[in-house]
Amino acid sequence: MKVLTANRLIDGEAVWFGSDQRWHETIDYAEVARDKAADERLERLGKEAFARNEVVDVDLIDVELLGGEIRPLRLRERIRAAGPTNRTDLGKQARPRPADEGFAAGI
Amino acid sequence: MYRYDEFDHSFVQARVAQFRDQVDRRLAGEITEDQFRPLRLMNGVYLQLHAYMLRVAVPYGTLSSKQMRMLAHIARTYDKGYGHFTTRQNIQYNWPALSDIPAILADLASVEMHAIQTSGNCIRNVTADHFAGAAADEVADPRPYAEILRQWSSVHPEFSYLPRKFKIAVTGAERDRAAIQTHDIGLHLKKNENGELGFAVWVGGGQGRTPILAKKIRDFLPEEHLLSYATAIVRVYNLHGRRDNKYKARIKILVHETGTEEFARQVEAEWAALKDGALTLPEADIRAIESYFVPPALAARPEGDAAVKLARLDSRSFGEWLDQNVVTHKHPDYAAVTISLKGIGEVPGDATDSQMDAVADLAERYAFDEIRVSHEQNLILPHVARADLKAVYDRLVEIGFATANSNLITDIIACPGLDYCALANARSISVAQDISRRFASLDRQKDIGELKLKISGCINACGHHHVGHIGILGVEKKGAELYQVTLGGSGDENASIGEIIGRGFGPDEITDAIEKIVDTYLAHRSGPSEKFLDAYRRLGPAPFKEALYASEAKAA
Ligand code: SF4
Repeated sequence: MKVLTANRLIDGEAVWFGSDQRWHETIDYAEVARDKAADERLERLGKEAFARNEVVDVDLIDVELLGGEIRPLRLRERIRAAGPTNRTDLGKQARPRPADEGFAAGI
Repeated sequence: MYRYDEFDHSFVQARVAQFRDQVDRRLAGEITEDQFRPLRLMNGVYLQLHAYMLRVAVPYGTLSSKQMRMLAHIARTYDKGYGHFTTRQNIQYNWPALSDIPAILADLASVEMHAIQTSGNCIRNVTADHFAGAAADEVADPRPYAEILRQWSSVHPEFSYLPRKFKIAVTGAERDRAAIQTHDIGLHLKKNENGELGFAVWVGGGQGRTPILAKKIRDFLPEEHLLSYATAIVRVYNLHGRRDNKYKARIKILVHETGTEEFARQVEAEWAALKDGALTLPEADIRAIESYFVPPALAARPEGDAAVKLARLDSRSFGEWLDQNVVTHKHPDYAAVTISLKGIGEVPGDATDSQMDAVADLAERYAFDEIRVSHEQNLILPHVARADLKAVYDRLVEIGFATANSNLITDIIACPGLDYCALANARSISVAQDISRRFASLDRQKDIGELKLKISGCINACGHHHVGHIGILGVEKKGAELYQVTLGGSGDENASIGEIIGRGFGPDEITDAIEKIVDTYLAHRSGPSEKFLDAYRRLGPAPFKEALYASEAKAA
C-alpha cells in the first residue's frame, strides 16, 4: 500500500494527496493506493502537481493500515507525518485530531 | 568586530533583492524547481523533512548583541521560537516558509548578516577558535585572517563551483580548539623564530564517509602570502578534484590519491606563479582588518578575586560552574565563559528566542557586546570581568543556561538527525537526550572527567562523531535505527579518527552501551588524572570490546 506525499512549495509544509484530489496537511486523508494501477495513477498526479509548482520533493511511500489509521512503514516518514519526536508540541502531532478538523486543511 | 563597509552593505542588499526576485519568480511558476534549487542553496535554503531550513552564517562564530537579538527576532517572527546552533558555528532555523525567507534575509542584512555560501560546492563559513582574542595561550587572534579569507572567498568567481564543498578553519594557539585537522584547509597561526606571524598549513582533512586527517604541507607560510597560497591549493583542487563521483570529490581524496608530497609539490608549483603578485596582502591591509578585532579596553577589575572567592563560599553550584565553564583570559581580571546549550535532557545547540535575547542582554551588560558560537554548539562570552561572574551566572541560571558541564560527557555534540534532516538514517537528538539524562549527576560526570561524545544521524558526520572520544553514528538497518560506536577519536592538536568497536546497538541499547564503556574506562584508568582518551590510547579497544560483547561471544 502506498500514499503520495510531498512538501508544499510556498512554505515547505509536508502534505499528502487525498482522495478528494487535494493536498492535505496531515496523512489521515491520504488516498491509499492498493495496486499497481493505483500507484501509477498517484505517481502521475504527483508529477503533474510538481509541474504545476504546487509541491516539491514528491514521493510515493509505503504505508500500512493500523486500526484504520494510515501508518508509514519507514520511521523517516512516520516522523514527517508526526513532527520531531523530541518536540511533540511541534508539527502535525501538535494539531487537533482529524475528526475535529475535517477536510479544511486541503490546499 | 568586523563592520561592513559600503561595498559589503550594497553587496549583501543586492543579494537579498536578487533572491527576493528569484523566490517571486519561483512562486509564480516562472522558474522550475530544477532551476531554483541551486539558487536557494546558494542562499542557505534547504528542504528538510517538515519544512524548509535556513542556515545563517555566523562568520568565525562571532556575534554582537544586536545580531543575537536579530536571530531571536527571526526565531520569534518567522519560525517556531527557537534556532539550532551548528558545528560550523552557524545557526539554522527549522521551519521558515519560503515566502518569508526574503524578508528574513533583509532583516539579517540590517545587522550585517546573511546566508550566502552556507551551502553549495563553494568555500563555506570559515571557522575559528571560539576563544579567539581572549585565550591566554594564543599567539594572535586568528579572526582577522578568517575575515580576510571570508572576503576573498565570497562569491569568488573561480571557486564558486568546486568539485565539492570546501571548509577552512583557523586557530591561533597550539591547543587546537578549531579542529583544523578535520578541515579541507586548516591554518595554525604562529610566530617564527624572528617573531613574524605566519601559518602552518594543513590540507585534506575531512570527516563524512571517508574520514581522513589533514596533512601538513607547509610549516610556516608568512602571513602576507595567505591568499596566494590558499588560491594555489584551491586551484590545484579545482583542476584535479574528482567531479565524477560525489563521494570522492572532496580534497581529502585528491590529497590521499595524489600523495601528500606530490600534492604539496603541485601547490608549490602553482604558488610559484602567484607568489608576490596581486594576491600578496599589504601589511597595511592586514593591520586594518586586525584593527576591527582589537580586544575591548579591559579596565583593571582587581576586586574580582575576592568577589569570586566569596561567591564560591556562598554557593556550591556557582563554584562548580566556575570550575567547569569558566576559563582563563589573557587579562588576569577577566575570564571567558562557556554558556552551555546542553542542559540535562535538552537538545544540544537549541536556544529559544527569549534565551537568545537574554544572552544578548548579558553580553551587552557584562561582556563588551561580544558573543561567540562554538563548534561544540555552545555560546561563549569571551570577555567577562571576574568581578561580574556571579551576576552573569545568576542570570544564566534563570534562563536554564548554567549547566556546569563544559567538556563533560553531557556536553554532547549532536546533529539534527532524523527528527529534522532529510538525509538522516537515524535520530541523534533523542540519543543525546537519553545519554544526558543517564549521566545527569554532576558528581558522576566530574568523576568521569573530560569526555567528548559526538553523535551524527548519518555518515555525513555533521555531528563530528569520527573525532569524538566516544562517537555515535546512526545507520538504518532493515528499516530500524542502529547506532555504531567509535572510540578514541579526537579533534584537537593530537587528532585521531575513532575506531569502530563492534556491532551496532538499537535505540534501546545505546545508552546502556555507553554506560558500559564509561564504566570500563573507570575500572581500568590508572587514576583519576588519566582521561578517557588517554586511557583508551593506552588500553586499546580490547577491554571495551570485552565489556560490550563478551557475553554474546560466550553464548555463541
Ligand atoms: S550528519 Fe547526516 S543526519 Fe546529521 S545533520 Fe548531517 S546530513 Fe543530517
